[in-house]
Amino acid sequence: MSETTYTPESGDVEALEFHVTEDHHPETGTLLGFWLYLMSDCLIFACLFATYGVLGRSYAGGPTGAELFDLPLVAINTSFLLLSSITYGFAMLETQRKRVGATIGWLAVTGLLGVAFLGLELYEFAHLLNEGAGPQRSAFLTSFFALVGTHGLHVLFGIIWLVVLVVQLRKHGLIVENQRRLFCLSMFWHFLDVVWIGVFTFVYLMGVLP
Amino acid sequence: MLEQLDLTQLIFGRLSWDAIPLHEPVIVATFVVVAIGGVALLGALTYYRVWGYLWKEWFTSIDHKKIGIMYMVLGLVMLLRGFADAIMMRIQQAWAFGDATGYLPPDHYDQIFTAHGVIMIFFVAMPLITGIMNYIIPLQIGARDVAFPFLNNFSFWMTASGAALVMASLFIGEFAKTGWLAYPPLSGIMESPGVGVDYYLWALQIAGVGTLLSGINLLVTIVKMRAPGMNLMKMPVFTWTSLCTNVLIVAAFPVLTAVLGMLLLDRYLGTAFFTNDLGGNVMMYINLIWIWGHPEVYILILPAFGIFSEVVSTYSGKRLFGYASMVYATVVITVLSYMVWLHHFFTMGSGASVNSFFGITTMIISIPTGAKIFNWLFTMYRGRIRFEVPMLWTIGFIITFVIGGMTGVLLAVPPADFVLHNSLFLVAHFHNVIIGGVLFGLFAGITYWYPKAFGYKLDPFWGKMSFWFWTIGFYFAFMPLYVLGLMGVTRRMSQFEEDAAMQFWFQVAAFGAFLIALGILFFIVQLVVSHRRRDQLRDTTGDPWDGRTLEWATSSPPPQYNFAFTPRVHDLDAWWQMKQHKYRRPEQGFKAIHMPKNTAAGIILAGISTVLGFALVWHMWLLAGVSFAALLAVAIGHTFNYDRDYHIPAEEVERVEAERTRMLASHV
Amino acid sequence: MSDHHDAAHDDVLPDAPHSTFKGYMTGFVLAVVLTVIPFWVVMADVFESTGVTALVILSLAAVQIVVHMIYFLHMNFRSQGGWNMLALIFTAVIVFITLAGSLWVMYHLNVNMMPGMMQDPWG
Repeated sequence: MSETTYTPESGDVEALEFHVTEDHHPETGTLLGFWLYLMSDCLIFACLFATYGVLGRSYAGGPTGAELFDLPLVAINTSFLLLSSITYGFAMLETQRKRVGATIGWLAVTGLLGVAFLGLELYEFAHLLNEGAGPQRSAFLTSFFALVGTHGLHVLFGIIWLVVLVVQLRKHGLIVENQRRLFCLSMFWHFLDVVWIGVFTFVYLMGVLP
Repeated sequence: MLEQLDLTQLIFGRLSWDAIPLHEPVIVATFVVVAIGGVALLGALTYYRVWGYLWKEWFTSIDHKKIGIMYMVLGLVMLLRGFADAIMMRIQQAWAFGDATGYLPPDHYDQIFTAHGVIMIFFVAMPLITGIMNYIIPLQIGARDVAFPFLNNFSFWMTASGAALVMASLFIGEFAKTGWLAYPPLSGIMESPGVGVDYYLWALQIAGVGTLLSGINLLVTIVKMRAPGMNLMKMPVFTWTSLCTNVLIVAAFPVLTAVLGMLLLDRYLGTAFFTNDLGGNVMMYINLIWIWGHPEVYILILPAFGIFSEVVSTYSGKRLFGYASMVYATVVITVLSYMVWLHHFFTMGSGASVNSFFGITTMIISIPTGAKIFNWLFTMYRGRIRFEVPMLWTIGFIITFVIGGMTGVLLAVPPADFVLHNSLFLVAHFHNVIIGGVLFGLFAGITYWYPKAFGYKLDPFWGKMSFWFWTIGFYFAFMPLYVLGLMGVTRRMSQFEEDAAMQFWFQVAAFGAFLIALGILFFIVQLVVSHRRRDQLRDTTGDPWDGRTLEWATSSPPPQYNFAFTPRVHDLDAWWQMKQHKYRRPEQGFKAIHMPKNTAAGIILAGISTVLGFALVWHMWLLAGVSFAALLAVAIGHTFNYDRDYHIPAEEVERVEAERTRMLASHV
Repeated sequence: MSDHHDAAHDDVLPDAPHSTFKGYMTGFVLAVVLTVIPFWVVMADVFESTGVTALVILSLAAVQIVVHMIYFLHMNFRSQGGWNMLALIFTAVIVFITLAGSLWVMYHLNVNMMPGMMQDPWG
């Protein structure tokens, strides 16, 4: 057994508090943790963007972006997502006013806009598949479907989460946990809109440039 | 008839009795041994009626200390598997010269080197590192648990789930034959139509979820839950290096997820990311996977650097030399580790400008690393060094790692790399830094913190035996590989032409592997002997090494709540300062402590994920669909549970603390 | 760990930023403008040169991302003790390295290894 003897340096022994007597509650880390998750998700998208950047002009003799992309459709879809961002914002404003009903109402609008976005995207995909421009056709289409599809899956997940959250809001009201969840979902939703800015610029708009 | 066939296909996918490798005697023998051992273990657990205890106290526990220990157990068990693969390769290569073809057919040998790499990195090094971080970080920062205790449990089980899939591949089907990073086009569906690569991919995707979540968890823990007064520059060095490691995890593992996901799409949906036709580009896979792969190296080594720093300063009885420079060096390494990835494929052909950029950034990394070595040396200089076992590992590390580092700088020179790329020189180099750095660090850490976790020290005699056999075994096993690499031997070969000079070096290497086997055996002996001698080795003080940081301020093992009162920190080496000030721990005035509740959600979710992974590997679409739906349902169901915490009553705290007071008194 | 048991219904999330109608509307209007311009630039073929068009729409996208970050995600140097911003900046650096690095590396690979077969990306 090692004997531990403490020899304090003489003189400088002052009275310091070495523990906290009151109950110590560290701040909850959920919002930071969720933000870090979003940052990691950002890197998944970075890889998909990088892959699209490298493979996006490898048409393998197949159709090009200029031939396939329907910009008016993309513009409508972009507006759905942008509108859903602002309606989610309104839901958060209602949350601050402690109005459960109005919060749920705006969430419903947001969810519907999300569904509309997904519907239009699925329509676009179906159209491409019909023209024989599926993900197996060329590396360009592979990376296109992977990037846009991953974003779409995120939106789908966001909608499922939104529905679950509405049920929880009806059940428990605007308790702190639910406010926290609302806030996390709001970060997620706005984050998807940010990714979409990259998608419509880098994939669609630059894709139709000669 | 046809309909019935379709139904079988839907249920069983491509799984059939042929998938059981009965034609491979080596695997059958292994299976028999594992089966007997497994049945014996399960029987013993049932006989002693410990299932309930294990379930309640361990599997569903959200206590970071217990999860940390479970990570360590997982890592050590997988170490045995990974090492078994290693020694099989060493025997094969020492044997298969000229007419002798050894005992492993190439088909099997390829699976073994792949499994060895995958297991050692993902299921040995990662769980051991994560386990130590899990156990130590909350104690070092004076916290009662991690930021998200449930996620912590879930992360562990996801890692275990990935390990289970890799183990399953041994007996049901096959494992990948592609090398540990599964480069396409070899790993593509054309060249590897079997289940091996799918096992690899799903195991890593599932374990990757666990790793990422644990990274976020520990990051938030360090940022948010430090004891009052502990600002960033008063954080223990191990916590600092862990912070950087978790930053790297959060910022690197998504890349792995993405790139493996793309390979999955190629294999399952026939897309054209990494194909040779349709405009795909295989080098994009290699580019992306190394964007993850290089930071991964630092994910492993940085916590080891932290462990050495704690060990050196404790056993030298001195404050760490150059604390601030140590922190800055760690941060610099963190950032630089993202700018060197191309040195893993200089030979790809990106040309001189790209290669020289990455060659130079690689060489720059050796500067902060060198600074760290000097910091450790200066900490020892004029210290009163106690040569306990962790200190031996540290000294072994410094010498070994410097050699490995120098061969690394050599490989960073692109023209030299063109000669040495994919040779055994490279294999020797990365084993030199991973064994000499990460593994030695882990053994130092395990020996150093073992008394904290279990209340008694490890037996030093067997610890020293383990250390010497590991170290000497390492040099015997890997120095010959440098020689062979310079002779031009490439990696992953299972048979050679007749060449006595070459075979000699392989036989030396095999001898080294046997010494390492003894090193591992003596480590296990050490655990057993120490357990039997636990009364002589007991640590009643909670501070067996005259430590400096907060984990030594509480009892060994710490109570469930870690600290009855949250510590207040004024200085680096907080516990040392408390001892200097003759701190007296309070013996009354305890309050109820707010703690999270145990939950089975983590193990259930991970269990379903294992089934899902298995179903996807074998194309059992029905099972895959059902288990995915179940996964979603359980996850959503878990969010409806708002009742996640409870209070440990003040009387209970008082009882535990009174016990400690008696313990301390008995010591004096 | 959360401490809901002593949280009444009117409790406010302590660490969430306060948002305002004005903030959201400012962000929305800016975002609409910054979306309409690039679509118009591309669909109406405003610039002769592809390079100029690409540069303009990429810069507008970068500006719009900042707008979203400030007005919708409430990014500033204070939230979560500055750690949110630190994480964002670090991620931006890593994203840049991943994107620019991959494009640079793969471009040189194609130039060196596939001369003649190369379709020059981005004109």
